[in-house]
Amino acid sequence: MLKIRDLNVHYGGIHALKGINIDVPENKIVTLIGANGAGKSTTLRSTIGLVKSSSGKIIYNDKDITNRKTKDIVSDGLVMVPEGRRVFPNLTVEENLILGAYIRKDKNAVKKDMKWVYELFPRLKERIWQKAGTMSGGEQQMLAVGRALMTKPKLLMMDEPSLGLAPLIVKEIFEIISEIHKEGVTILLIEQNAKAALEVAHYGYVLETGSIVLEGKGMELLNNDEVQKAYLGE
Amino acid sequence: MKKNNILTLISIIGFILLLLVLNITLGSYKMRIFNLCGIYVILALSLNLINGFVGLFSLGHAGFMAVGAYTCALLTMSPETKEMNFFLEPIVPWLKNVQLPFPTALIIGGIMAAIAGALIGAPVLRLRDDYLAIATLGFSEIIRVVFTNTQRITNGPLGIKGLPTIGITGQSWEIVIWTWGIALFTIIFMVLLINSSYGKAFKAIREDEIAAEAMGINLFKHKMIAFVIGSFFAGIGGALLGHLMGTIDPLMFRFLLTFNIVLIVVLGGIGSITGSVISAIVVTISMEALRILDADMQIGGYIVKGIPGMRMVVFSALLMIVILFYQRGLMGTNEFNWDWIINRKKKIQKI
Repeated sequence: MLKIRDLNVHYGGIHALKGINIDVPENKIVTLIGANGAGKSTTLRSTIGLVKSSSGKIIYNDKDITNRKTKDIVSDGLVMVPEGRRVFPNLTVEENLILGAYIRKDKNAVKKDMKWVYELFPRLKERIWQKAGTMSGGEQQMLAVGRALMTKPKLLMMDEPSLGLAPLIVKEIFEIISEIHKEGVTILLIEQNAKAALEVAHYGYVLETGSIVLEGKGMELLNNDEVQKAYLGE
Repeated sequence: MKKNNILTLISIIGFILLLLVLNITLGSYKMRIFNLCGIYVILALSLNLINGFVGLFSLGHAGFMAVGAYTCALLTMSPETKEMNFFLEPIVPWLKNVQLPFPTALIIGGIMAAIAGALIGAPVLRLRDDYLAIATLGFSEIIRVVFTNTQRITNGPLGIKGLPTIGITGQSWEIVIWTWGIALFTIIFMVLLINSSYGKAFKAIREDEIAAEAMGINLFKHKMIAFVIGSFFAGIGGALLGHLMGTIDPLMFRFLLTFNIVLIVVLGGIGSITGSVISAIVVTISMEALRILDADMQIGGYIVKGIPGMRMVVFSALLMIVILFYQRGLMGTNEFNWDWIINRKKKIQKI
Protein backbone atom coordinates (compact mmCIF):
# COMPACT_ATOMS: atom_id res chain seq x y z
CA MET A 1 0.00 0.00 0.00
CA LEU A 2 2.76 2.41 1.00
CA LYS A 3 6.28 2.01 -0.30
CA ILE A 4 9.11 4.25 0.79
CA ARG A 5 12.22 3.87 -1.35
CA ASP A 6 15.66 5.26 -0.55
CA LEU A 7 14.23 8.31 1.23
CA ASN A 8 16.65 11.07 2.21
CA VAL A 9 15.69 14.08 4.29
CA HIS A 10 17.94 16.95 5.30
CA TYR A 11 17.21 19.60 7.93
CA GLY A 12 19.64 22.30 6.90
CA GLY A 13 23.01 20.58 7.27
CA ILE A 14 21.69 17.64 9.27
CA HIS A 15 21.14 14.41 7.38
CA ALA A 16 18.06 13.16 9.24
CA LEU A 17 17.08 10.19 7.06
CA LYS A 18 19.77 8.29 5.19
CA GLY A 19 18.04 6.37 2.44
CA ILE A 20 15.45 4.28 4.24
CA ASN A 21 13.15 1.66 2.70
CA ILE A 22 9.82 0.81 4.27
CA ASP A 23 6.89 -1.27 3.06
CA VAL A 24 3.43 -1.08 4.53
CA PRO A 25 1.22 -3.82 3.04
CA GLU A 26 -2.55 -3.39 3.01
CA ASN A 27 -4.47 -4.41 6.15
CA LYS A 28 -1.40 -4.80 8.29
CA ILE A 29 -0.03 -3.00 11.32
CA VAL A 30 3.56 -1.96 10.73
CA THR A 31 5.62 -0.32 13.42
CA LEU A 32 8.69 1.82 13.35
CA ILE A 33 10.65 1.81 16.60
CA GLY A 34 13.76 3.63 17.66
CA ALA A 35 15.24 6.03 20.15
CA ASN A 36 14.82 9.80 20.28
CA GLY A 37 16.12 11.54 17.20
CA ALA A 38 16.34 8.36 15.16
CA GLY A 39 14.17 9.90 12.44
CA LYS A 40 10.84 8.23 13.17
CA SER A 41 8.76 11.39 13.14
CA THR A 42 10.67 12.73 10.16
CA THR A 43 9.67 9.64 8.19
CA LEU A 44 5.99 10.32 8.89
CA ARG A 45 6.25 14.03 8.28
CA SER A 46 7.89 13.61 4.91
CA THR A 47 5.40 10.92 3.92
CA ILE A 48 2.50 13.28 4.50
CA GLY A 49 4.28 16.23 2.89
CA LEU A 50 4.91 18.38 5.94
CA VAL A 51 8.66 18.06 5.40
CA LYS A 52 10.28 18.11 1.97
CA SER A 53 12.48 15.14 1.14
CA SER A 54 15.74 15.73 -0.70
CA SER A 55 15.73 12.48 -2.66
CA GLY A 56 13.92 9.15 -2.83
CA LYS A 57 10.41 8.06 -3.64
CA ILE A 58 7.21 7.62 -1.67
CA ILE A 59 4.64 5.51 -3.45
CA TYR A 60 1.11 5.18 -2.14
CA ASN A 61 -1.32 2.87 -3.93
CA ASP A 62 0.97 2.84 -6.99
CA LYS A 63 0.94 6.63 -7.11
CA ASP A 64 4.05 8.74 -6.57
CA ILE A 65 3.21 11.14 -3.74
CA THR A 66 6.73 12.41 -3.07
CA ASN A 67 6.65 16.09 -2.07
CA ARG A 68 2.99 16.52 -2.93
CA LYS A 69 0.77 18.92 -1.01
CA THR A 70 -0.47 17.67 2.34
CA LYS A 71 -4.11 18.31 1.58
CA ASP A 72 -3.98 16.18 -1.58
CA ILE A 73 -2.28 13.35 0.29
CA VAL A 74 -4.82 13.54 3.12
CA SER A 75 -7.76 13.46 0.72
CA ASP A 76 -6.31 10.24 -0.74
CA GLY A 77 -6.79 8.63 2.68
CA LEU A 78 -3.28 8.84 4.07
CA VAL A 79 -3.78 10.44 7.48
CA MET A 80 -1.50 11.25 10.38
CA VAL A 81 -2.13 11.53 14.11
CA PRO A 82 0.53 14.07 15.00
CA GLU A 83 2.98 13.62 17.84
CA GLY A 84 1.96 15.10 21.17
CA ARG A 85 -1.76 14.84 20.33
CA ARG A 86 -2.13 18.41 19.07
CA VAL A 87 -5.89 18.67 19.53
CA PHE A 88 -7.38 22.14 19.08
CA PRO A 89 -7.47 23.16 22.76
CA ASN A 90 -10.07 25.93 22.67
CA LEU A 91 -12.53 24.08 20.48
CA THR A 92 -15.04 21.57 21.78
CA VAL A 93 -14.67 17.83 21.29
CA GLU A 94 -17.34 17.89 18.62
CA GLU A 95 -15.73 20.79 16.74
CA ASN A 96 -12.43 18.91 16.79
CA LEU A 97 -14.09 15.87 15.24
CA ILE A 98 -15.90 17.96 12.62
CA LEU A 99 -12.58 19.51 11.64
CA GLY A 100 -11.20 16.03 11.13
CA ALA A 101 -13.76 15.61 8.36
CA TYR A 102 -12.89 19.00 6.87
CA ILE A 103 -11.93 17.74 3.43
CA ARG A 104 -14.90 15.37 3.13
CA LYS A 105 -17.98 16.36 1.22
CA ASP A 106 -20.21 13.33 2.02
CA LYS A 107 -22.21 14.75 4.95
CA ASN A 108 -24.21 11.60 5.72
CA ALA A 109 -21.16 9.37 5.84
CA VAL A 110 -19.48 11.91 8.10
CA LYS A 111 -22.38 11.65 10.54
CA LYS A 112 -22.12 7.88 10.48
CA ASP A 113 -18.40 8.00 11.15
CA MET A 114 -18.98 10.44 13.99
CA LYS A 115 -21.28 7.87 15.57
CA TRP A 116 -18.66 5.19 15.06
CA VAL A 117 -15.98 7.33 16.74
CA TYR A 118 -18.29 7.93 19.70
CA GLU A 119 -18.90 4.19 19.92
CA LEU A 120 -15.19 3.54 19.81
CA PHE A 121 -14.54 6.20 22.48
CA PRO A 122 -17.58 6.41 24.77
CA ARG A 123 -15.60 8.81 26.92
CA LEU A 124 -15.59 11.39 24.14
CA LYS A 125 -19.33 11.19 23.85
CA GLU A 126 -19.69 12.19 27.50
CA ARG A 127 -17.64 15.28 26.74
CA ILE A 128 -19.04 16.53 23.44
CA TRP A 129 -19.27 20.12 24.65
CA GLN A 130 -16.08 20.18 26.67
CA LYS A 131 -13.12 22.16 25.41
CA ALA A 132 -10.45 19.76 24.24
CA GLY A 133 -7.68 21.53 26.17
CA THR A 134 -9.37 20.83 29.50
CA MET A 135 -9.35 17.04 29.08
CA SER A 136 -6.75 14.62 30.41
CA GLY A 137 -3.83 13.46 28.28
CA GLY A 138 -5.41 10.09 27.57
CA GLU A 139 -8.70 11.63 26.53
CA GLN A 140 -6.88 14.08 24.30
CA GLN A 141 -5.06 11.20 22.63
CA MET A 142 -8.39 9.48 22.07
CA LEU A 143 -9.70 12.67 20.53
CA ALA A 144 -6.62 12.97 18.30
CA VAL A 145 -7.15 9.41 17.07
CA GLY A 146 -10.89 10.01 16.68
CA ARG A 147 -10.24 13.19 14.74
CA ALA A 148 -7.93 11.34 12.36
CA LEU A 149 -10.54 8.59 11.91
CA MET A 150 -13.05 11.26 10.85
CA THR A 151 -10.87 11.89 7.81
CA LYS A 152 -11.77 8.36 6.67
CA PRO A 153 -8.21 7.06 6.48
CA LYS A 154 -7.16 4.05 4.47
CA LEU A 155 -3.73 4.24 6.01
CA LEU A 156 -3.48 5.76 9.48
CA MET A 157 -0.07 6.88 10.66
CA MET A 158 0.30 7.40 14.39
CA ASP A 159 3.19 9.28 15.90
CA GLU A 160 3.84 8.01 19.43
CA PRO A 161 0.28 7.61 20.67
CA SER A 162 1.54 6.42 24.08
CA LEU A 163 3.67 9.51 24.73
CA GLY A 164 3.28 10.77 28.28
CA LEU A 165 0.34 8.55 29.17
CA ALA A 166 -0.24 6.33 32.21
CA PRO A 167 0.41 2.60 31.58
CA LEU A 168 -3.26 1.70 31.98
CA ILE A 169 -4.28 4.22 29.34
CA VAL A 170 -1.48 3.10 27.04
CA LYS A 171 -3.00 -0.37 27.18
CA GLU A 172 -6.39 1.06 26.30
CA ILE A 173 -4.95 3.01 23.36
CA PHE A 174 -3.28 -0.10 21.96
CA GLU A 175 -6.51 -2.06 22.27
CA ILE A 176 -8.19 0.66 20.25
CA ILE A 177 -5.45 0.49 17.62
CA SER A 178 -6.19 -3.21 17.16
CA GLU A 179 -9.88 -2.44 16.93
CA ILE A 180 -9.35 0.21 14.26
CA HIS A 181 -7.23 -2.28 12.35
CA LYS A 182 -10.07 -4.79 12.48
CA GLU A 183 -12.26 -2.23 10.71
CA GLY A 184 -9.94 -2.48 7.73
CA VAL A 185 -7.61 0.43 8.33
CA THR A 186 -3.93 -0.13 7.64
CA ILE A 187 -1.74 1.30 10.38
CA LEU A 188 1.79 2.62 10.48
CA LEU A 189 2.70 3.03 14.11
CA ILE A 190 5.65 4.92 15.48
CA GLU A 191 6.65 4.15 19.04
CA GLN A 192 9.30 4.44 21.67
CA ASN A 193 7.36 1.93 23.69
CA ALA A 194 8.87 -0.90 21.66
CA LYS A 195 7.31 -3.78 23.57
CA ALA A 196 3.74 -2.61 23.28
CA ALA A 197 4.19 -1.69 19.63
CA LEU A 198 5.83 -4.96 18.59
CA GLU A 199 3.14 -6.96 20.34
CA VAL A 200 0.37 -5.56 18.14
CA ALA A 201 2.40 -5.16 14.93
CA HIS A 202 2.67 -7.66 12.09
CA TYR A 203 5.96 -6.26 10.94
CA GLY A 204 8.50 -3.92 12.47
CA TYR A 205 11.44 -1.75 11.52
CA VAL A 206 14.14 -0.53 13.88
CA LEU A 207 15.46 2.91 13.06
CA GLU A 208 18.79 4.18 14.36
CA THR A 209 20.17 7.65 13.55
CA GLY A 210 18.48 7.86 10.20
CA SER A 211 19.02 4.30 8.93
CA ILE A 212 17.09 1.09 9.30
CA VAL A 213 19.25 -1.38 11.20
CA LEU A 214 16.80 -4.26 11.66
CA GLU A 215 13.49 -5.42 10.31
CA GLY A 216 11.30 -8.44 10.74
CA LYS A 217 8.01 -9.82 11.97
CA GLY A 218 6.75 -8.24 15.17
CA MET A 219 7.24 -11.29 17.39
CA GLU A 220 10.65 -12.05 15.88
CA LEU A 221 11.89 -8.59 16.67
CA LEU A 222 10.45 -8.84 20.15
CA ASN A 223 12.61 -11.89 20.78
CA ASN A 224 15.66 -10.53 19.00
CA ASP A 225 18.65 -10.18 21.32
CA GLU A 226 19.78 -6.83 20.00
CA VAL A 227 16.32 -5.31 20.23
CA GLN A 228 15.90 -6.67 23.72
CA LYS A 229 19.19 -5.19 24.80
CA ALA A 230 18.70 -1.82 23.19
CA TYR A 231 15.00 -1.12 23.61
CA LEU A 232 13.50 -3.52 26.09
CA GLY A 233 16.12 -3.25 28.78
CA GLU A 234 16.65 -6.94 29.31
CA MET B 1 -37.71 29.83 10.66
CA LYS B 2 -36.20 29.16 14.04
CA LYS B 3 -37.21 31.21 17.04
CA ASN B 4 -33.76 32.66 17.47
CA ASN B 5 -33.63 33.86 13.88
CA ILE B 6 -36.95 35.65 14.34
CA LEU B 7 -35.64 37.32 17.48
CA THR B 8 -32.53 38.43 15.57
CA LEU B 9 -34.61 39.79 12.72
CA ILE B 10 -36.90 41.72 15.09
CA SER B 11 -33.96 43.22 16.95
CA ILE B 12 -32.30 44.28 13.69
CA ILE B 13 -35.47 46.06 12.54
CA GLY B 14 -35.87 47.57 16.01
CA PHE B 15 -32.28 48.75 15.90
CA ILE B 16 -32.71 50.46 12.52
CA LEU B 17 -35.81 52.27 13.82
CA LEU B 18 -33.83 53.27 16.90
CA LEU B 19 -31.14 54.73 14.65
CA LEU B 20 -33.69 56.98 12.95
CA VAL B 21 -35.16 58.06 16.30
CA LEU B 22 -31.70 58.77 17.70
CA ASN B 23 -30.88 60.81 14.63
CA ILE B 24 -33.72 63.19 15.51
CA THR B 25 -33.30 63.28 19.28
CA LEU B 26 -29.50 63.38 19.61
CA GLY B 27 -27.63 66.52 18.69
CA SER B 28 -25.20 66.58 15.79
CA TYR B 29 -22.13 66.23 18.06
CA LYS B 30 -23.48 63.14 19.80
CA MET B 31 -24.67 61.75 16.50
CA ARG B 32 -21.19 62.12 15.06
CA ILE B 33 -19.72 60.09 17.91
CA PHE B 34 -22.42 57.51 17.40
CA ASN B 35 -21.52 57.26 13.71
CA LEU B 36 -17.89 56.93 14.67
CA CYS B 37 -18.88 53.98 16.89
CA GLY B 38 -20.38 52.24 13.85
CA ILE B 39 -17.21 52.76 11.84
CA TYR B 40 -15.04 51.44 14.65
CA VAL B 41 -17.28 48.36 14.87
CA ILE B 42 -16.47 47.65 11.21
CA LEU B 43 -12.76 48.22 11.76
CA ALA B 44 -12.59 46.16 14.95
CA LEU B 45 -14.42 43.24 13.34
CA SER B 46 -12.15 43.26 10.32
CA LEU B 47 -9.06 43.19 12.53
CA ASN B 48 -10.59 40.57 14.80
CA LEU B 49 -11.11 38.27 11.82
CA ILE B 50 -7.38 38.38 11.07
CA ASN B 51 -5.99 38.57 14.63
CA GLY B 52 -8.65 36.80 16.62
CA PHE B 53 -10.01 34.04 14.45
CA VAL B 54 -7.05 33.07 12.28
CA GLY B 55 -4.50 34.10 14.88
CA LEU B 56 -2.36 36.15 12.49
CA PHE B 57 -0.85 38.99 14.46
CA SER B 58 -1.26 41.74 11.86
CA LEU B 59 -0.54 45.40 12.59
CA GLY B 60 -1.10 46.71 9.09
CA HIS B 61 -4.66 47.89 9.40
CA ALA B 62 -4.03 51.61 9.03
CA GLY B 63 -2.41 51.01 5.66
CA PHE B 64 -5.45 49.25 4.23
CA MET B 65 -7.72 51.92 5.69
CA ALA B 66 -5.62 54.56 3.93
CA VAL B 67 -5.99 52.76 0.60
CA GLY B 68 -9.76 52.58 1.02
CA ALA B 69 -10.10 56.16 2.25
CA TYR B 70 -8.01 57.71 -0.53
CA THR B 71 -9.61 55.65 -3.29
CA CYS B 72 -13.12 56.50 -2.18
CA ALA B 73 -12.30 60.17 -1.62
CA LEU B 74 -10.66 60.67 -5.01
CA LEU B 75 -13.55 58.94 -6.77
CA THR B 76 -16.38 60.88 -5.12
CA MET B 77 -14.99 64.42 -5.15
CA SER B 78 -16.14 66.83 -7.81
CA PRO B 79 -13.55 68.08 -10.37
CA GLU B 80 -13.82 71.60 -8.89
CA THR B 81 -13.00 70.48 -5.35
CA LYS B 82 -10.10 68.45 -6.67
CA GLU B 83 -8.72 71.48 -8.46
CA MET B 84 -8.96 73.52 -5.26
CA ASN B 85 -7.14 70.82 -3.30
CA PHE B 86 -4.32 70.21 -5.74
CA PHE B 87 -2.99 73.77 -5.87
CA LEU B 88 0.71 72.97 -5.50
CA GLU B 89 0.84 70.35 -8.20
CA PRO B 90 -2.07 69.49 -10.47
CA ILE B 91 -3.81 66.15 -10.17
CA VAL B 92 -3.00 63.44 -12.73
CA PRO B 93 -5.28 63.84 -15.76
CA TRP B 94 -6.92 60.41 -15.55
CA LEU B 95 -8.28 61.16 -12.10
CA LYS B 96 -9.27 64.75 -12.73
CA ASN B 97 -12.76 64.37 -14.11
CA VAL B 98 -13.77 61.11 -12.49
CA GLN B 99 -16.76 61.41 -10.22
CA LEU B 100 -18.70 58.35 -9.10
CA PRO B 101 -21.68 57.99 -6.77
CA PHE B 102 -20.77 57.26 -3.15
CA PRO B 103 -21.82 53.57 -2.98
CA THR B 104 -19.80 52.63 -6.09
CA ALA B 105 -16.76 54.52 -4.86
CA LEU B 106 -17.06 52.91 -1.43
CA ILE B 107 -17.05 49.41 -2.89
CA ILE B 108 -14.14 50.24 -5.19
CA GLY B 109 -12.30 51.58 -2.13
CA GLY B 110 -12.89 48.28 -0.35
CA ILE B 111 -11.76 46.29 -3.38
CA MET B 112 -8.58 48.36 -3.74
CA ALA B 113 -7.80 47.73 -0.07
CA ALA B 114 -8.45 44.01 -0.62
CA ILE B 115 -6.05 44.02 -3.60
CA ALA B 116 -3.44 45.76 -1.44
CA GLY B 117 -4.10 43.09 1.19
CA ALA B 118 -3.59 40.31 -1.34
CA LEU B 119 -0.37 41.82 -2.68
CA ILE B 120 1.05 42.28 0.82
CA GLY B 121 -0.34 39.01 2.12
CA ALA B 122 1.24 36.85 -0.57
CA PRO B 123 4.81 37.33 0.66
CA VAL B 124 4.09 38.20 4.29
CA LEU B 125 1.68 35.44 5.34
CA ARG B 126 4.49 32.88 5.23
CA LEU B 127 5.79 34.51 8.39
CA ARG B 128 4.52 33.84 11.88
CA ASP B 129 3.83 35.66 15.14
CA ASP B 130 6.04 38.67 15.85
CA TYR B 131 7.69 38.54 12.45
CA LEU B 132 4.32 38.84 10.77
CA ALA B 133 3.47 41.79 13.02
CA ILE B 134 6.71 43.56 12.09
CA ALA B 135 6.28 42.89 8.37
CA THR B 136 2.65 44.07 8.24
CA LEU B 137 3.51 47.14 10.29
CA GLY B 138 6.32 47.87 7.86
CA PHE B 139 4.10 47.51 4.81
CA SER B 140 1.46 49.74 6.35
CA GLU B 141 4.10 52.44 6.88
CA ILE B 142 5.27 51.94 3.28
CA ILE B 143 1.74 52.62 2.05
CA ARG B 144 1.66 55.81 4.11
CA VAL B 145 5.05 56.99 2.84
CA VAL B 146 4.06 56.27 -0.75
CA PHE B 147 0.88 58.31 -0.25
CA THR B 148 2.94 61.15 1.21
CA ASN B 149 5.14 61.26 -1.87
CA THR B 150 2.73 60.69 -4.73
CA GLN B 151 1.78 64.36 -4.71
CA ARG B 152 -0.08 64.30 -8.02
CA ILE B 153 -2.40 61.47 -6.98
CA THR B 154 -2.89 61.90 -3.23
CA ASN B 155 -1.87 65.55 -2.83
CA GLY B 156 0.93 64.35 -0.57
CA PRO B 157 1.32 65.68 2.96
CA LEU B 158 -1.23 68.44 2.31
CA GLY B 159 -4.01 65.89 2.47
CA ILE B 160 -7.40 66.16 0.88
CA LYS B 161 -10.11 68.42 2.22
CA GLY B 162 -13.77 68.81 1.42
CA LEU B 163 -14.78 65.20 1.04
CA PRO B 164 -18.50 64.94 0.31
CA THR B 165 -20.61 63.67 3.21
CA ILE B 166 -21.55 60.01 3.44
CA GLY B 167 -24.55 59.05 1.34
CA ILE B 168 -26.18 60.00 -1.93
CA THR B 169 -28.44 62.87 -0.90
CA GLY B 170 -26.21 64.20 1.86
CA GLN B 171 -28.95 64.29 4.49
CA SER B 172 -28.09 63.53 8.10
CA TRP B 173 -30.28 60.44 8.45
CA GLU B 174 -28.45 58.90 5.54
CA ILE B 175 -25.10 59.04 7.32
CA VAL B 176 -26.29 56.95 10.25
CA ILE B 177 -27.97 54.44 7.96
CA TRP B 178 -24.75 54.02 5.97
CA THR B 179 -22.38 53.72 8.91
CA TRP B 180 -24.52 51.48 11.08
CA GLY B 181 -26.04 49.70 8.09
CA ILE B 182 -22.59 48.62 6.95
CA ALA B 183 -21.66 47.83 10.56
CA LEU B 184 -24.70 45.55 10.82
CA PHE B 185 -23.84 43.96 7.49
CA THR B 186 -20.29 43.37 8.73
CA ILE B 187 -21.54 41.78 11.95
CA ILE B 188 -23.88 39.44 10.09
CA PHE B 189 -21.25 38.62 7.48
CA MET B 190 -18.67 37.79 10.16
CA VAL B 191 -21.10 35.64 12.15
CA LEU B 192 -21.99 33.65 9.02
CA LEU B 193 -18.35 33.36 8.00
CA ILE B 194 -17.21 32.15 11.41
CA ASN B 195 -19.99 29.57 11.58
CA SER B 196 -19.23 28.26 8.10
CA SER B 197 -16.67 25.56 7.42
CA TYR B 198 -14.18 28.31 6.55
CA GLY B 199 -14.64 29.71 10.05
CA LYS B 200 -13.90 26.33 11.60
CA ALA B 201 -10.77 26.04 9.50
CA PHE B 202 -9.73 29.55 10.61
CA LYS B 203 -10.07 28.56 14.25
CA ALA B 204 -8.18 25.32 13.65
CA ILE B 205 -5.29 27.29 12.15
CA ARG B 206 -5.33 29.61 15.16
CA GLU B 207 -5.25 26.68 17.57
CA ASP B 208 -2.58 24.55 15.93
CA GLU B 209 -1.14 25.09 12.47
CA ILE B 210 0.53 21.72 12.12
CA ALA B 211 -2.53 19.77 13.23
CA ALA B 212 -4.68 21.87 10.91
CA GLU B 213 -2.38 21.11 8.00
CA ALA B 214 -2.42 17.42 8.89
CA MET B 215 -6.24 17.56 8.63
CA GLY B 216 -5.83 18.65 5.03
CA ILE B 217 -6.54 22.34 5.55
CA ASN B 218 -4.68 24.52 3.08
CA LEU B 219 -2.98 26.97 5.44
CA PHE B 220 -1.93 29.60 2.94
CA LYS B 221 -5.27 29.71 1.12
CA HIS B 222 -7.25 30.18 4.32
CA LYS B 223 -4.88 32.77 5.75
CA MET B 224 -5.07 34.64 2.48
CA ILE B 225 -8.90 34.56 2.40
CA ALA B 226 -9.10 35.97 5.93
CA PHE B 227 -6.46 38.60 5.22
CA VAL B 228 -8.15 39.79 2.04
CA ILE B 229 -11.61 39.92 3.63
CA GLY B 230 -10.16 41.77 6.62
CA SER B 231 -8.44 44.27 4.31
CA PHE B 232 -11.65 44.78 2.35
CA PHE B 233 -13.61 45.77 5.44
CA ALA B 234 -10.68 47.86 6.67
CA GLY B 235 -10.83 49.75 3.37
CA ILE B 236 -14.58 50.28 3.73
CA GLY B 237 -14.11 51.46 7.31
CA GLY B 238 -11.30 53.79 6.28
CA ALA B 239 -13.40 55.27 3.49
CA LEU B 240 -16.34 55.89 5.85
CA LEU B 241 -14.00 57.44 8.40
CA GLY B 242 -12.56 59.79 5.80
CA HIS B 243 -15.96 60.87 4.59
CA LEU B 244 -17.25 61.36 8.13
CA MET B 245 -14.26 63.55 9.01
CA GLY B 246 -14.43 65.38 5.70
CA THR B 247 -10.65 65.46 5.42
CA ILE B 248 -7.84 62.92 5.13
CA ASP B 249 -4.07 63.16 5.17
CA PRO B 250 -1.29 60.57 5.42
CA LEU B 251 -0.57 61.38 9.06
CA MET B 252 -4.07 60.25 10.02
CA PHE B 253 -3.09 56.68 9.10
CA ARG B 254 -0.15 56.32 11.42
CA PHE B 255 0.47 53.34 13.68
CA LEU B 256 -1.62 55.06 16.37
CA LEU B 257 -4.77 54.32 14.38
CA THR B 258 -3.91 50.62 14.18
CA PHE B 259 -3.14 50.71 17.89
CA ASN B 260 -6.62 52.07 18.66
CA ILE B 261 -8.21 49.19 16.80
CA VAL B 262 -5.92 46.59 18.39
CA LEU B 263 -6.90 48.10 21.75
CA ILE B 264 -10.58 47.64 20.97
CA VAL B 265 -10.06 44.04 19.88
CA VAL B 266 -7.95 43.10 22.91
CA LEU B 267 -10.30 44.76 25.39
CA GLY B 268 -13.33 43.10 23.80
CA GLY B 269 -11.76 39.68 23.67
CA ILE B 270 -9.57 38.32 20.89
CA GLY B 271 -11.80 36.02 18.89
CA SER B 272 -15.22 37.33 19.93
CA ILE B 273 -17.48 39.24 17.56
CA THR B 274 -19.73 40.36 20.42
CA GLY B 275 -16.74 41.56 22.41
CA SER B 276 -15.43 43.62 19.51
CA VAL B 277 -18.79 45.29 18.95
CA ILE B 278 -19.31 46.20 22.61
CA SER B 279 -15.71 47.29 23.05
CA ALA B 280 -15.75 49.41 19.85
CA ILE B 281 -18.77 51.35 21.14
CA VAL B 282 -17.47 51.74 24.69
CA VAL B 283 -13.95 52.76 23.67
CA THR B 284 -15.13 55.24 21.04
CA ILE B 285 -17.52 56.90 23.45
CA SER B 286 -15.01 57.01 26.28
CA MET B 287 -12.37 58.50 24.01
CA GLU B 288 -14.69 61.48 23.70
CA ALA B 289 -15.98 61.42 27.26
CA LEU B 290 -12.47 61.36 28.72
CA ARG B 291 -11.53 64.60 26.96
CA ILE B 292 -11.94 66.29 30.37
CA LEU B 293 -8.58 64.70 31.27
CA ASP B 294 -6.90 66.71 28.53
CA ALA B 295 -8.21 69.99 29.93
CA ASP B 296 -6.89 72.00 32.87
CA MET B 297 -7.70 70.34 36.16
CA GLN B 298 -8.10 71.68 39.65
CA ILE B 299 -6.70 69.24 42.21
CA GLY B 300 -6.95 70.41 45.86
CA GLY B 301 -6.53 74.10 45.11
CA TYR B 302 -3.75 73.63 42.54
CA ILE B 303 -4.43 74.12 38.90
CA VAL B 304 -2.76 71.41 36.85
CA LYS B 305 -2.24 72.49 33.30
CA GLY B 306 -3.89 70.24 30.75
CA ILE B 307 -1.73 67.86 28.76
CA PRO B 308 -3.13 66.92 25.36
CA GLY B 309 -3.34 63.15 24.98
CA MET B 310 -3.71 62.52 28.70
CA ARG B 311 -6.83 60.44 28.05
CA MET B 312 -4.81 57.96 26.01
CA VAL B 313 -2.87 57.14 29.18
CA VAL B 314 -6.10 55.73 30.62
CA PHE B 315 -6.42 53.36 27.68
CA SER B 316 -2.78 52.32 27.83
CA ALA B 317 -3.13 51.58 31.53
CA LEU B 318 -6.36 49.69 30.86
CA LEU B 319 -4.63 47.64 28.15
CA MET B 320 -1.81 46.73 30.54
CA ILE B 321 -4.25 45.70 33.25
CA VAL B 322 -6.20 43.55 30.82
CA ILE B 323 -3.06 41.85 29.51
CA LEU B 324 -1.67 41.24 33.00
CA PHE B 325 -4.78 40.12 34.86
CA TYR B 326 -7.59 39.45 32.45
CA GLN B 327 -6.15 38.17 29.20
CA ARG B 328 -9.46 36.96 27.89
CA GLY B 329 -10.78 40.49 27.58
CA LEU B 330 -14.43 41.32 28.05
CA MET B 331 -15.92 38.31 26.28
CA GLY B 332 -13.01 35.90 25.77
CA THR B 333 -14.03 33.82 22.80
CA ASN B 334 -17.68 33.72 23.84
CA GLU B 335 -20.50 35.07 21.73
CA PHE B 336 -23.87 36.56 22.45
CA ASN B 337 -26.75 34.19 21.89
CA TRP B 338 -30.45 34.27 22.56
CA ASP B 339 -30.57 31.02 24.53
CA TRP B 340 -28.31 32.52 27.15
CA ILE B 341 -30.61 35.56 27.55
CA ILE B 342 -33.73 33.42 27.67
CA ASN B 343 -32.23 31.06 30.26
CA ARG B 344 -31.14 34.01 32.34
CA LYS B 345 -34.64 35.45 32.24
CA LYS B 346 -36.13 32.15 33.36
CA LYS B 347 -33.68 31.92 36.25
CA ILE B 348 -34.52 35.43 37.40
CA GLN B 349 -38.23 34.67 37.22
CA LYS B 350 -37.75 31.57 39.36
CA ILE B 351 -36.11 33.61 42.08
